[in-house]
Amino acid sequence: MFYTFIFLPLISALFVPLLYKYFNRLVHTGWFVLVVPLTIFIYLLQYIPGVAAGGTYKYTLSWIPSLDMNIVSYVDGLSLLFGLLISGVGALVIVYSIFYMSKIREALHNFYIYLLMFMGAMLGLVFSDHLLVLYGFWELTSVSSFLLISYWYERKSSRQGALKALLITVLGGFGMLAGFIMMIMMADTYSIREMLANLDVLQNHALFIPAMLCVLLGAFTKSAQFPFGIWLPDAMEAPTPVSSYLHSATMVKAGIYLVARMTPIFGGSSVWFWLVAGIGIITLLYGSLTALRQTDLKAMLAYSTISQLGLIMCLLGVGSLAVYFGASDSGTVFGVAGFAALFHLFNHSTFKGSLFMVVGIIDHETGRRDIRYLGGLMQVMPITFTIALVGGLSMAGLPPFNGFLSKEMFFAAVNEVSQAGIFGLSKIGLLFPIIAWVASIFTFVYCMIFIFKTFGGQYRPEKLTRKVHEAPWGMLFSPILLGLLVLFIFFFPNVLGKYILTPALTAMLPMTPMSSYDLKISAWHGLNLELVMTIGVIVVGLLLFKSSKRWVQAMRNYPQGLTLNHWYNKGLSGTERFSTSLTNGYMTGSLRHYLIYTFTFFVIVLISSLLLLYGIRFDFSNDAAISIFDVGLVLGMVIAAGTVLLAGNRIVAIVALGALGYMVAMFFVIFRAPDLALTQMVVETVSTLLFLLCFYHLPKLKKQIERVPFKLTNLIISLAMGLTVTLLALSANGHKLFEPITSFFENSYKLAGAKNIVNAILVDFRGFDTMLEISVLAVAGLGVYILVHQRSKGREQHENE
Amino acid sequence: METLMVILVGILISIGTYLILSKQLLRIVLGASIVGHSVNLLIITSGGLKKGSAPLLGEKAAGFADAIPQALILTAIVINFAVTAVVLVLSYRAYKSFGTDDMEQLRGNENE
Repeated sequence: MFYTFIFLPLISALFVPLLYKYFNRLVHTGWFVLVVPLTIFIYLLQYIPGVAAGGTYKYTLSWIPSLDMNIVSYVDGLSLLFGLLISGVGALVIVYSIFYMSKIREALHNFYIYLLMFMGAMLGLVFSDHLLVLYGFWELTSVSSFLLISYWYERKSSRQGALKALLITVLGGFGMLAGFIMMIMMADTYSIREMLANLDVLQNHALFIPAMLCVLLGAFTKSAQFPFGIWLPDAMEAPTPVSSYLHSATMVKAGIYLVARMTPIFGGSSVWFWLVAGIGIITLLYGSLTALRQTDLKAMLAYSTISQLGLIMCLLGVGSLAVYFGASDSGTVFGVAGFAALFHLFNHSTFKGSLFMVVGIIDHETGRRDIRYLGGLMQVMPITFTIALVGGLSMAGLPPFNGFLSKEMFFAAVNEVSQAGIFGLSKIGLLFPIIAWVASIFTFVYCMIFIFKTFGGQYRPEKLTRKVHEAPWGMLFSPILLGLLVLFIFFFPNVLGKYILTPALTAMLPMTPMSSYDLKISAWHGLNLELVMTIGVIVVGLLLFKSSKRWVQAMRNYPQGLTLNHWYNKGLSGTERFSTSLTNGYMTGSLRHYLIYTFTFFVIVLISSLLLLYGIRFDFSNDAAISIFDVGLVLGMVIAAGTVLLAGNRIVAIVALGALGYMVAMFFVIFRAPDLALTQMVVETVSTLLFLLCFYHLPKLKKQIERVPFKLTNLIISLAMGLTVTLLALSANGHKLFEPITSFFENSYKLAGAKNIVNAILVDFRGFDTMLEISVLAVAGLGVYILVHQRSKGREQHENE
Repeated sequence: METLMVILVGILISIGTYLILSKQLLRIVLGASIVGHSVNLLIITSGGLKKGSAPLLGEKAAGFADAIPQALILTAIVINFAVTAVVLVLSYRAYKSFGTDDMEQLRGNENE
């Protein structure tokens, strides 16, 4: 039952092409697709009472039981929160996309298949308890996001943005896989919950920190943390519903989900705190500063998303301190920070989703997304303006919107952390509230720019490409709903807090018991430091906004050479250049070079292993006696081989090679091998004939071939080869390990009825060798025939041309 | 005797390697042939030399030379011959098609 709903997006994606083909002319395909997230949303709603009462649900779908690979799903507060966000925002985005995506011009079947694929992957990700299954869904979100970003694949920027997003998120995904594998090795289980059950084993293991770093790499790349956030602005080439869904509400929160999910395991260590909270707050500042420089509304929202994700990440880091303090007062205080993280995560999904839709409406109605061309839209698009105002002020952290509540909680958390006094916080802890405050000012300023440069000021219709009017209601429906949610949460935050966020926090910090009193969100919490900070943000922010004409322009002139994108591009092209030059450096196309590599490798490996393993041992005691005749023959062979080498004329070389072969035959005679001597004689004769035949037919142009040119490297390598083989053979002679089995074959008459032992071995004892050797000869013969035959054919073709 | 043979094999391998590293295709084939000879000699040497008579039972001798290396070499000779024949015809084809036997110039056809 559960899996029917979780896999519903993936299953229904199969039917989308059919619906598109047969019904799209009548009904926009999106209406059919809308059913899917709605069904899932309603189905997930029924878990709320049970989960709010502290219950959890576990489902197992057998996949590869013998490897303990099963799709295990675990429904608790955290996964339910994400599940509701994914299906709820998903439904709204699909409603929006029905009016945004043209029924006639767009390839809607592709769009909805990718979107459903993404939704299914995301749902699978948040409900997975099995680490490797979680990784599988994680990569599926990367792939479907890649497909969605490059939806308008005929545009170069879309393809580049998609490639960048894929490279960065998959890099992080691989890191995460390594981290998961380390965790599986440490805990000897695939299940996250079983890891939680025996935390001691993990926390005292040597791989604890490496695994943590790898998992964090995955989370940071996916959630666009500093410095991996550069893919997110480029992903804005996707259609706006996609940006709204993936790149603000769901996919970029996958890293947040992972950090929250792993907090009970890794939280409480100083490395985790510093990385998560430190990187988070750096990202917050970086994102808010960079957002100011953007003139494209979507890019501005992208950097704002990066910045807000940094805020959530920082709160998660602060919340992880609760694991350190456990069930004490400080534990409760930092537990509230974790609660704030989840609260802001929810709030961000609402207001950022609506803001992206607003940008989509502006883009759709005016044909422009650049604030330098926009202005004065307030009169023509009053409803859109209202929504933008609600979302923008909520993002800026003003009452009466939900962003205010989570911003206050954020300030409270950073103020607390500056006084925590552990992990070296007593020295530089004060940086947290300062950076948070400065970043909030910038956030305020870009929110103001976003609202008032777009909707305020002079209305200039001549700069816009279309005749502007208010968007259709269908397009406004989703952002209005999200805007209402923003307001609703401000006035009734505890409904959400009690039923959804508190159980999510319990899943994140199971060791810190929280009472409902601590987690009560109040809009008015007395005149305290946080409120003073917020007032300061508004005052300074307004001053900066009033004077923004002067300094924002200066910020836009920030040198390109110092941006992260510049370094990314340089790194990418540099890697390509490096690997090209490396490959071109050794893949020269010259056979001689490859042979040199091969021989050098052979010599180095064999000689060094001989020396290192003390394999050199000579034993001359069993050597047979040497007669003068042998010495003469050896000398003759050396002279013949030398003649082959030094001959200035090819015919001389061939004759010398023949002489060498006959002398080998003579050695076979001396060594009591009559069959070998016979064969060697015949084969040598035939091959010499072949050589001569070949040379006779040589083209005239280079018939006179000079001597082999002298090359020192060749000499060194060939001497080393000879030396290696000699040493190896001598050492092998010195190591006689056991008696040979020849005596068995001396029974050849009794066993095979043959008096010639060699022939008995060839055709009886080891007849298979002979059979295959015959086939080698046959293949060689065929090969020669084909080579000769094809030549004439090729010639004819050549001549016909 | 074995030591002498091994040294001979080493010298032959050196000469063969030097030829294989040269530019002309035919010299490479010659070098490969020399290496083939030396390997055969190495195999027979590793079985021990000059012990007993030829492995023919009719000889009624006290001991026989090791028959296994001989059988192995016999196979090796034939295979070596087959490969040499193919390589020779192949290099002959290469001459005919490209008009050169210089390995540095035989680098595949860019236009293919």
